Amino acid sequence: MASLELRNVVKRFGAVEIIHGVDLTIEDGEFVVFVGPSGCGKSTLLRMIAGLEGISAGEIYIDGELVNDVAAAKRGLAMVFQSYALYPHMSVRKNLSFGLETMGAPKAEIRNRVAEAAEILQINELLERRPGQLSGGQRQRVAIGRAIVREPRIFLFDEPLSNLDAELRVQMRVEINKLHRRLGTTMIFVTHDQVEAMTLADRIVVLRAGVIEQVGTPLDLYNHPANLFVAGFIGSPRMNFLAAEMVAGEGEARIRGRSGLDLAFPAADPRRPDQEKVTFGVRPEHLRIADPTSAMLTGEVQIAEHLGGETFLYVSLPSGETIVVEIKGQAAVRSGERVGIDVDASACHVFGGDGLVIGRDAGSELPSSAARGEQAPAQAAPL
Amino acid sequence: MATTATGEIGAGGRPVAAASNLSARMARSWRRNGAGYLFLTPWLIGFFGLTLGPTLASLYLSFTDYDLLTPPRWAGLKNYEYAFFQDERLRHALWVTFQYVIWAVPLKLAVALALAMALDRSVRGVGLYRAAFYLPSLLGASVAIALLWRLIFGADGLVNHLLFVILGIKGPGWVTHPDYALWTLIALAVWQFGSPMIIFLAGLRQIPQDLYEAASMDGAGPPRQFFRITLPLLAPVIFFNLVFQTIEAFKAFTQAFIVSGGKGGPVDSTLFYSLYLYIEAFENFRMGYASALAWLLLVIIGVFTAIAFLTSRYWVYYEDEGR
Repeated sequence: MASLELRNVVKRFGAVEIIHGVDLTIEDGEFVVFVGPSGCGKSTLLRMIAGLEGISAGEIYIDGELVNDVAAAKRGLAMVFQSYALYPHMSVRKNLSFGLETMGAPKAEIRNRVAEAAEILQINELLERRPGQLSGGQRQRVAIGRAIVREPRIFLFDEPLSNLDAELRVQMRVEINKLHRRLGTTMIFVTHDQVEAMTLADRIVVLRAGVIEQVGTPLDLYNHPANLFVAGFIGSPRMNFLAAEMVAGEGEARIRGRSGLDLAFPAADPRRPDQEKVTFGVRPEHLRIADPTSAMLTGEVQIAEHLGGETFLYVSLPSGETIVVEIKGQAAVRSGERVGIDVDASACHVFGGDGLVIGRDAGSELPSSAARGEQAPAQAAPL
Repeated sequence: MATTATGEIGAGGRPVAAASNLSARMARSWRRNGAGYLFLTPWLIGFFGLTLGPTLASLYLSFTDYDLLTPPRWAGLKNYEYAFFQDERLRHALWVTFQYVIWAVPLKLAVALALAMALDRSVRGVGLYRAAFYLPSLLGASVAIALLWRLIFGADGLVNHLLFVILGIKGPGWVTHPDYALWTLIALAVWQFGSPMIIFLAGLRQIPQDLYEAASMDGAGPPRQFFRITLPLLAPVIFFNLVFQTIEAFKAFTQAFIVSGGKGGPVDSTLFYSLYLYIEAFENFRMGYASALAWLLLVIIGVFTAIAFLTSRYWVYYEDEGR
């Protein structure tokens, strides 16, 4: 078990900078998920931590020890690869014991650790098979087992579930969660799937284009996204965004949109202009179907998705914008129907022209989640 | 389904209909595959006329006395008996050939693998290096290069000149001294590492990079990675190269012919099996005996290949194997 600290870590490939100075602290025993779209640098960052990729600038500390120049094998980390990277010509047992044998561990200890890992992952009966004879889920277990036997200080997972089918992915997600609780070891998990991130993480690190957009607990990010990117990335279906204008008033501001949107917003930052273009954001579950004659917004239902437990309405507004409304349970709404929509004013978000959230608290200059970020070990980097 | 039903009725009750049915089917098959057969024709003519025909003819000739000038006379097993029990020179030729195979093949494969590993990286101009290293294989088997080697390794050749200038050593005639001539030919063979190298390169490219990364996380340094990852995963390619190069080495002819002036000298030290066969056929005009030698060589190569295949299950791992 160990803590990890990245200080202004930079990665360049030739003249191209991929990671632009990342600062991050991960506490001992934490489960941290790096999430972001393809090419955001999350895997590169993980590989730099692993020691498989050199770092161009900055420092990496494991348990306070600078490991910039420490070889991958000597960092005491174990990695589960996206492709599993199992040695195809070795039995499962050999795959598990290879690392320990390389390090010259006593035979009895190797036997015990392999048996223990096999027990944890329930792969006892697979030990004499070769990876080629295993299913995707079994290979995944072996790959995790190979990491477990090493008893690493930190587990690194590089999109380990992306090659599994949806059902197995959910199952393995639960198992990895259990494993973390059982071992209590620090784990860093890379994924582009925000659902995986939300369900696994103690804390999520959202990355985009080599920059940390926000760090926080899953609900932190969900409830208090620091910027448009995080707001749009976390949550499914994603947050609705409407073009709007914020007009300053006495003690509060008003948010006005083209389709009849008109809300009081308790932010009156004297440093903000009196009138500015903003993006109004509200999650589908914070919209309610209402009587069209009295509702704030009205529109025509383009598509109604009846999922049984909930219903999603894709409603096109007079402005041409489309918003998604989530209704709990089953709603007798059909495509083409005209509906009214009310907005839960207490749960909406407003983002300035720079994409950063505009705080709800009067006078607050920092987005609420970024303020939280100050207490959290890592600070959200600006857009 | 309908066709089968009609066919059965025709076969049972109306043989005429069945026959016309068959010819109709053949016509259909020809229409479908005719172009394919047409394209195959040159190869088929080549195979039957130039490979299978002569091969079978030589099998027959191996049981005859045939001097190329008078018609072959049936001799039964005489040629084989002579080869097995009396021909001392054949035994020597076999010994020379075995030495050549045993040294040239592993050395060539080792050099090929080493260079393939050196070239298996993205360095600027690596394509040029690959082409340059392959060049000897294009040239190596040619008469011109063998002649060149004869000059370079002659008593007054470039090699001895350099040895004298640099080290002050007066070297022997590498191709004219019985102790060195075979080794010179082995060196010439090893120098033609190009085609196994290209195949090794292709094989190395097939090994996923993340296995090496996993191994390095597991603490394995380059030597352990080589012996525990590269070699086992390359085994099918090594096996292929081994079989292929062994067959080639048993059949080696040109270099020995040119370097020794067609005699297998000095003192029969480069008398390869194929060269001896050639001498028997076209210098001693014993085509019947030479044919028997050709068939014996086929059997010898077959035995070695079989041994390689039989042992391969213990050291060759195939990815798609269900074991």
